[in-house]
Amino acid sequence: MTAIQAPTMVPAPAHRLTPLGGLRNTFTLTWRSVLKIRTNMEDVIGLSLQPIMFLLLFTYVFGGAIAHGSTHTYLQYALPGLLVMTVVFATLGTGLMLNQDISSGVFDRFRSLPIARWAPLAGAVLGDMVRYLISVVITIGFGMILGFRVTTNPVSAVAGCLLLLAFALAMCWVSALIGMMVKTPQGVQAFGFIAFFPLVFGSNLLAPTATMPGWLQAFVKVNPMTLLTDAERGLFTGGSVASPAVRSLLWAVGIFVVFAPLAVRVYRRRT
Amino acid sequence: MSHYDFMRYDATTAHAIEATGLVKRFAKTTALDGVDLVARQGRVLGVLGPNGAGKTTAVRILATLLKPDEGQASVCGYDVLRDAHQVRQLIGLTGQYASVDEGLSGTNNLIMIGRLLGLPRADARARAHELLARFDLTDAAARPTKTYSGGMRRRLDLAASLVGNPRVLYLDEPTTGLDPRSRTDVWSMVRGLVADGVTVLLTTQYLDEADQLAHDIVVIDHGKVVATGTPDELKAKTGGQVLQVSPADPGRMAEVTALMAGLIRGEVQTDAATGMATAPVADATLLPHIFRELDDRGIELAEFTLRKASLDEVFFALTGHRTDNEENDRRELEGSNR
Repeated sequence: MTAIQAPTMVPAPAHRLTPLGGLRNTFTLTWRSVLKIRTNMEDVIGLSLQPIMFLLLFTYVFGGAIAHGSTHTYLQYALPGLLVMTVVFATLGTGLMLNQDISSGVFDRFRSLPIARWAPLAGAVLGDMVRYLISVVITIGFGMILGFRVTTNPVSAVAGCLLLLAFALAMCWVSALIGMMVKTPQGVQAFGFIAFFPLVFGSNLLAPTATMPGWLQAFVKVNPMTLLTDAERGLFTGGSVASPAVRSLLWAVGIFVVFAPLAVRVYRRRT
Repeated sequence: MSHYDFMRYDATTAHAIEATGLVKRFAKTTALDGVDLVARQGRVLGVLGPNGAGKTTAVRILATLLKPDEGQASVCGYDVLRDAHQVRQLIGLTGQYASVDEGLSGTNNLIMIGRLLGLPRADARARAHELLARFDLTDAAARPTKTYSGGMRRRLDLAASLVGNPRVLYLDEPTTGLDPRSRTDVWSMVRGLVADGVTVLLTTQYLDEADQLAHDIVVIDHGKVVATGTPDELKAKTGGQVLQVSPADPGRMAEVTALMAGLIRGEVQTDAATGMATAPVADATLLPHIFRELDDRGIELAEFTLRKASLDEVFFALTGHRTDNEENDRRELEGSNR
């Protein structure tokens, strides 16, 4: 140990992150999520095959019975409902991915970086919007091959898609919450299924409410899935739009306001 | 403006890492029970201990991932709780389980981190390529990391923790599960970083790793510091030297053991496989005496050596058990699953 060592001068670290910086972090992590869709073939196959399977099964298994033999009539009736179902089930992917990111230690790395604390969560959710859009486009596209026709106009069809995405943006926080509270991906699937299955099928998305027993009708009528399905039917094939659309949007806002802060809290605790 | 502030780093000022009285409890276990540690600027601090000793918990606290229940810690003078944002700008973290994103290629993993650290796109890309080349990953750069071998993944993880040129690097069991070649690769990378002035905190359960790399060692067991010092100090602290005796005729092993035990008045261990009796010797003047006694009884010797105690023996002397321990494994699992 000799001589005089000149102290190295290093810039002092910044005191805090600007909101703009947090937004930039979010977009970087959105880019990551979207890239992962491209590299993960299983995810892409699942995303596209599931709506196709739903369409084929429900149209041809139930169609004849419910619409008295006319599968085309049933397709016109059921497709807006199947859109709702596909998107809601697709939100489960958000919880799965978050679960994986936490258990694999990827989120630990993010947390050791000087980035906005909420950016990994926001980035994952934004990136997943692309996944939901893919499943919506495939459902409508394949539906059209089977004979589905938009009988309103393209503008309301696009509005229908946007409403679905807005609803998905709210529902994915429920999934995110499950994803962070449960330990394993299998657990996420099990809990997500238990939470979403009654919600999706206890609605009018596959069969008219009038055919159900009274106690069930009571549930079906207040189920946000029913409202959303009504709005989608109105936007794609005609009928009243304003009331169900506004009410399902209100539901979306309500779900978001409750579950997003809860998810953020659990996220802060777990990571 | 804060961007134009400068801070001094030199060997004489504050330590790179300082922690006092760290306590962390999980539901059923106390992972840390009052841990103090200090890492000198530009040196390697080895945190040594069996599985479940609390090493990972300590690293997670020092890397701002976990809040301690009691005690405080600072990195380059910044408090890990109050100034977490500053601390995160100074540190790099490589976890025990490689935390690279399996769904992304090696290049994109590193670009992502560069972007998160605020590098412009072109710079992030350039930095990624530079690090991939340095860690010998250029050929696999475009492949998703889930196709990487364990050693490659670990190297990418190390590269990821270096994107931001950290002043302090945490390596949490960086060589666990690696083959010997990959292990020596990691060792030489660590030496290179230290030569560049980076302070390294290395946790390990391999004593030879601490012996090879660390300037200072903290031994942790059951959440408590049981010893600190340089590797040589630790070896000296616990008897220091070890006598190894091997009779030419294995049949006379019992005789040798009894004789050694009588003279040294310490515990003599015998190993049937190597035909060797070993015992710590505090007083080297006993050696001629032992040698004469053996000679008097006509015991022919294959080996009679005095050597420095290995860290293994030191660890055993300090904690009363070997480095691998099932009970500790269970503790670690309970702690981490919480």
